[in-house]
Order: sequence, then structure tokens, then C-alpha cells
Amino acid sequence: MDKYIKTPLTKEQLTNLNAGDYVYITGIIYSARDAAHKRLYEALMKGEELPFSLKDNIIYYMGPSPARIGQVIGSAGPTTASRMDKYTPRLLDLGLSGMIGKGTRSRELIESMVKNRAIYFAATGGAGALLSKCIKKSKVIAYEDLGTEAIHELYVENFPVIVAIDAQGNNLYEMNAQIS
Amino acid sequence: MRSINVDEIITCIKNMCIEANFKLASDVDVAIREAYDKESSSLGKRVLGQLLDNLDIAENEYIPICQDTGMVIVFVTIGQEVYIEGGSLEEAINEGIRRGYKEGYLRKSIVYDPLIRNNTKDNTPGIIHYQIVTGDQLQIIVAPKGFGSENMSRVYMLKPSDEVEGIKKVVLETVKLAGPNACPPIVVGVGIGGSFEKCALLAKKALTRNIGVGSDIPHIRKLEEDLLLAINDLGIGPGGLGGNTTALGVNIETYPTHIAGLPVAINIGCHVNRHVKRVI
Repeated sequence: MDKYIKTPLTKEQLTNLNAGDYVYITGIIYSARDAAHKRLYEALMKGEELPFSLKDNIIYYMGPSPARIGQVIGSAGPTTASRMDKYTPRLLDLGLSGMIGKGTRSRELIESMVKNRAIYFAATGGAGALLSKCIKKSKVIAYEDLGTEAIHELYVENFPVIVAIDAQGNNLYEMNAQIS
Repeated sequence: MRSINVDEIITCIKNMCIEANFKLASDVDVAIREAYDKESSSLGKRVLGQLLDNLDIAENEYIPICQDTGMVIVFVTIGQEVYIEGGSLEEAINEGIRRGYKEGYLRKSIVYDPLIRNNTKDNTPGIIHYQIVTGDQLQIIVAPKGFGSENMSRVYMLKPSDEVEGIKKVVLETVKLAGPNACPPIVVGVGIGGSFEKCALLAKKALTRNIGVGSDIPHIRKLEEDLLLAINDLGIGPGGLGGNTTALGVNIETYPTHIAGLPVAINIGCHVNRHVKRVI
């Protein structure tokens, strides 16, 4: 069943999103992957302010290829989410409500998602060119020195994802494993 | 003796890096289209449809097929009668990569030190494997490797008594462990024999063989076919969301090995299995 949602991703919206739902996201999302997560985590440990508010926001695990003149962004598909599992429970505690990536998540991360109420969306791995067309604006807002791993603020329109793990902990990857 | 100037090598490598990232090798393209036609899971078909649309957009709009434009793996087969002039071959290859990744607007994904992790900003160095053969040709294979799939690859030091069944077990284990993380449908390169490092190299080399071109060795070709069926029976499917296409092909390379050993390496490649071959 196809659903259309707009950011911010409030906790109220989460109740209507279930594992297996095909969702089109419109609004602001933030890209951050390995190096940026390490920096965010270290900033939190030191009690420093983060470069953007986590509350009701969505992080997209992605590092783009460079944009040509006239393009908003280069190829921009998801990276493997489990590499960010170590850092994410802390971010969920602070109100992060959505993550977009690809692949499985750890048991601990899923427990934190259920406790804090958050959703993990999967975007199609390898569809970087297609997904980049849904990104209408992009600007680096932090950690510019990280190059592709800098945090980008992205405005997306009808960005296609599937609910991989919902806020009740239902896991599409495990559901499909049972089907086979 | 035949001389080849480094400038020709730099330009060749540059062009190969760019070509590999915008236009998928035809064997993979055909395999994905066939998988789409045969896929019975509606979600699986949706994912494969997106991947096919993605290929068209990438080629027509000069956007890389995948944002992970990879660490560049280069296989250089150099004839003994070739003389490289004008500079260092290794530096020329890296200069070709540097230029390709700059002019092609490709992602700079390499860090200098694996612990400090500062980006090299030009996607060098590549990883270069040299082989010296007879003759006067220089053959180059450029295979940019994305790390979603690379991270799911494994080496197992089996016992001779593990035999074929033991090999099948570890290949299937590796694919199951990879699950959705390697962006299925995958291509599986397997190296059997050699030593710890040799079998891994064989597995990587296996990924550069076109899908559908089976091994020359009959019992190995049979193992390739059996493994492909077994992997697809796992039902992991496109994007790991279920379906009948989990792998597009299994390629196996072998080498003599020690009487006490059965090294097996499984190099997972994603469906963006980039490889370009040129002969200078």
C-alpha cells in the first residue's frame, strides 16, 4: 500500500506506518554516514551542540558523488545502515524519528527504535541515479571537510522508500526470510 | 620489444574508470533484464524495475549508476616484451584514476590510513594486481569495487575432507550473512585453492568474468550452476525483500593448493558489477 508523508516525521505519523508500506517522502532530510555519525556521537559525549536538531527528523545514510554544473546532487543512493548501529540509539534518545538506508539493523538498535518510537526506511540500494532525481535541493550544513561524508540538508519530493522496520519492531527483512 | 608510453596508459585508465561507472557491462545489463522478466515476487519486480530505470537515467543524464563509485581494482597483464617509457607504470595508473574520478564527477571514497581515516580526496590509490606473461601486449581490467558488497565477502580455510559439500556450505553461509546488505541481486566470485591471499585474488578475478561464461573445467562449471540454483533457492530476492533472483551468476576460479589445505574465498559483487577490459 502506497503512502505519502511530509516531514517533520512526528510520532503521530509513525502509528500509520507499517513494515512493508511503500512510502513517498517529501520535505527536509539530513544525510550523514560513518564519519559524520562518529563526529555527532563525539560531540554528544563532550556535551557540544549538534549542527542540526534531531527531533522528528530523518537521517539518510548516504554520501553522494559530486554534482555536475546544473545538477542538484550527484548519484545519491543509500549506504549500508548497520555500520551506523553503534551510534544510533543515542540519536534516537534525542528524538530522531526516521532513518533511511539499506540492509539489516542490530537487535539492540531495533529495541531502541521500539523504546523511542522511530522508523527505519529502506531505499533501493544501487538506484543512486534514480534517487538523486528526487532530491530537489542540497546544501552542506556541517563537517564540510569530510567531503562526500559531510552532513547535507536535502529537500526531497516523493522520495521512494519502503518501511523496513516499523516503530513496533516488525522487520520486513525477517518477514521475507520466513516466506522463503 | 614494444614500447608503450605512460601517457597512453593514463588516458586509457581515465576513460575506463568513467565508462565503468556510467554504463553497466552488457553481460550484467542482460542478466538484470532477464531477472526482471522472470521475477515472480511483486516487490522483487518493483525493485528490479527501479534498477533498470536507474541504468537508463545514469547513462542518459551522466549520473553514476551508484554513488559508491568504488575503490579501483586494476588487473594489469603485461607481456615480457613490453617496455613502459615516460615514467612509472604504477604512478600512471593512479594518475589515470585521479583524472577519471575528477573529470567523471565520481566520488572520492578512499582514506589514507585505515584508522585515522582522512580522505585522500582523489580516489587514489587504486589496488593494482600485476601479472607478467609472454608476448607484447598490455591488457588492463579496471573494476571499481563498491564496499557494500566487499564488506560481505569472506575467506575460509577449509579442510580437504570438507570437499564440495563444505564449499557449498560456506558459499551459502556467506550469501545468507550478506542478505540485503550487498544490494542483491548479487554476482558471486569464488576462489578455490592457492593460499590465503591467492584464493581471495582468484575470487576477485572471478567477478571480472562475464556472467554466463562458465568455467572451462567441467566439474567446476557444474559447481557454478549448482551454487547459482542453491543461492536463488534461498529466496533473499532483489533488495533482500524476497523473490526468486538473489544472484545473477556464480563464477569460480581455481588454482593448485597444498595437500593440507582447501582455501575458499567468496567475493560478493553487487548487481553494479563494474568491469571494463582494454588491450593496449
